[in-house]
Order: sequence, then C-alpha cells, then structure tokens
Amino acid sequence: MDPIWWIVLAASAVVFALKITGYVVPQRLVQGPLLTRVAGLVTIGLLSSLVVAQTLSGEEGLVIDARVPAVALAGVLLWWRVPFIVVIILAAAVAAGLRLMGWMA
Amino acid sequence: MNQPDGEIRRARSQGIQVALAVSLYGTSFGALAVVAGFSVWQTMVLSLVMFSGASQFAVIGIVASGGVSAGLAAVLSAGLLGIRNGLYALRMSALLEPRGLMRFVAAQLTVDESTAVASAQPSREAGRAGFWTTAAFLFVGWNLSTLAGALLGDVMGDVRSFGLDAAAAAAFLGLVWPWLKRGEPLVVAIGAAVVSVVLLPVLPAGIPVLIVAVLAIGFGIYRHRVAPTKPESQGES
Repeated sequence: MDPIWWIVLAASAVVFALKITGYVVPQRLVQGPLLTRVAGLVTIGLLSSLVVAQTLSGEEGLVIDARVPAVALAGVLLWWRVPFIVVIILAAAVAAGLRLMGWMA
Repeated sequence: MNQPDGEIRRARSQGIQVALAVSLYGTSFGALAVVAGFSVWQTMVLSLVMFSGASQFAVIGIVASGGVSAGLAAVLSAGLLGIRNGLYALRMSALLEPRGLMRFVAAQLTVDESTAVASAQPSREAGRAGFWTTAAFLFVGWNLSTLAGALLGDVMGDVRSFGLDAAAAAAFLGLVWPWLKRGEPLVVAIGAAVVSVVLLPVLPAGIPVLIVAVLAIGFGIYRHRVAPTKPESQGES
C-alpha cells in the first residue's frame, strides 16, 4: 500500500481516538487546569513552529524568498481582522506576483 | 414569542455563518494536499475522517517538506494538535449528553468551531442547537470545498508560481492568531518560532515541530507550578 495511506489512516485514527475519549471517560479523571493549560500551549507552540517551517524551509536549510513578505502581509491583515479566506488568497497572490516579476523567486 | 426560541434561532444563524466562512478555507487545504503529493481520495479521507483543520494542515505540511519518511512526525503532530479536541469533547459531552451511536457522531464533529459556537450561547438548549448546526454545516461545507480544492490542485501544476506554499504558511498563522491574546501564549509562540529557526537547518523535517511540542509541555507544567491560576478559556474562534 502507498505509504501515504498509512500516514493518512494512522493520523486520522489518532485524532478520532482523542475526540471520542472526551465522550467516554469520566470527567473527573481528566479535567483540570494543568491539562487545559498544557493542551492550549502545545497547540500554540506547534502552530507557531509550523508557520516558521512553512515560511522559511528550503531544500538546504533556511531560505528567504517570496513567502516572507507574503506571510508578513498575512500578519498585518489578521491584525486588521480581515476574514481568514481573504488573508490566505492575498498571501498567495503576493507570493505569486513577486515570483512572476522575478523578485525573491 | 418566548425568549428560548429567539436564543435558539440566533445560535443557529451564528453557527451557519461560522461554518460557511471556515468551510471556504477547505479549498486551500484540498489544493495544498494534492500538491503535497496526496491523491484526491487521500485528501478526502483526511477531511472526512480526520476532520480537524489544524491536524490536517500539519499532516500535509510535514509530508510536503519531509516526504513519507517524516510520516511518524506527521502522525504525532496531528495527534498533539488533536489533544485540544479531546478537551473540547469533555465539555461538549456534558452539554450534549449523547447516547449510543450519537456519541461517535458528536465526537467526530467536536472541533474548534462547533465548540466555540456552543460555548458562546446563553442557555443549554441554544448551546446544543449551536453545536449541531455549526457541526452539520461545517462538515458538509468543509468536505465539499476540500473536494473542489483537490480537483483544482490536480490541474494546477507548479505550486510555487501560484504562491500556494505562502498560502499554507498564512493558513498556519491564521490558525494560531486567535490564541495570541495574552502574555503566556505569546511567549510560547515567540519561543517556538525562535527554536524552530535554530533547529530547522540541522534536523530532519518534522522533528523541530515535535521538539517545540515537548518544550511547550514543559513550559506549561512549569507555569502551572509557579502560577497555578486557571487561565480563562482561550483560542476558540
């Protein structure tokens, strides 16, 4: 089987298992400020790390290219509370535009 | 005309608005997944079965940069991001009190958006209406737009010339943004970014993300010891 199928199925199973756990375990066993806090911080840490990886990683180490201004613009637009989908489309447009003009390709 | 009817109607319309807005963004997931090397079917299984935006983006992002050899890191990252859903499920279990098979349906649909809309309602009845309305519209909308995106991504060819790699980075930024309202999350976000910049050039794809997760757990435990107040609910949008 295509190895990507294993990744898709294993990851999907893990995520579903976590969702169903909340419905079957007794609340008092798992509820608490520590777990809530840690789960929140892990989510933030992971997503922030993924922002950096997706913006800067290249074939060999870090690369600064058209993604950097695109993500910077996304940050400004999010600050202005521009809707999510618009932010993503404009970020893609900036990167595509810069590359079309041959800048920061 | 009594008050509960109005509350329920408001919860439903709020749910539909949230679901439609977020659904659109499934298009970018679909396109990015196909471009990262996932087939249209594999992409659809992620949206239908995993059905959790942040975890889905993590899987395709890590496989896109690290290939199938980063598979374990992709699965672990999706799982770590899914812990949040488990905690939402605890709260929604108390609100919805689903029985039998409905527990599985409720579990599958317990995500950021359905939990946030349910939590924002003034009564239990409105909370339930908000959960189920958001969940139903989001599940259908997210999957239809994923399919549209996947078919589009299939014919697109070179991702970079369409800026799709930048779109993925902006997507992660948009996902983390609502959480960054207070000091502690900001510290973690900035720390995670710095650690990632340092580790990315020296470690295989997917590994820096996991190291950041471990550090975030350590930081959370440390903060719990020195400042054990319960933080108010956060980051659901």
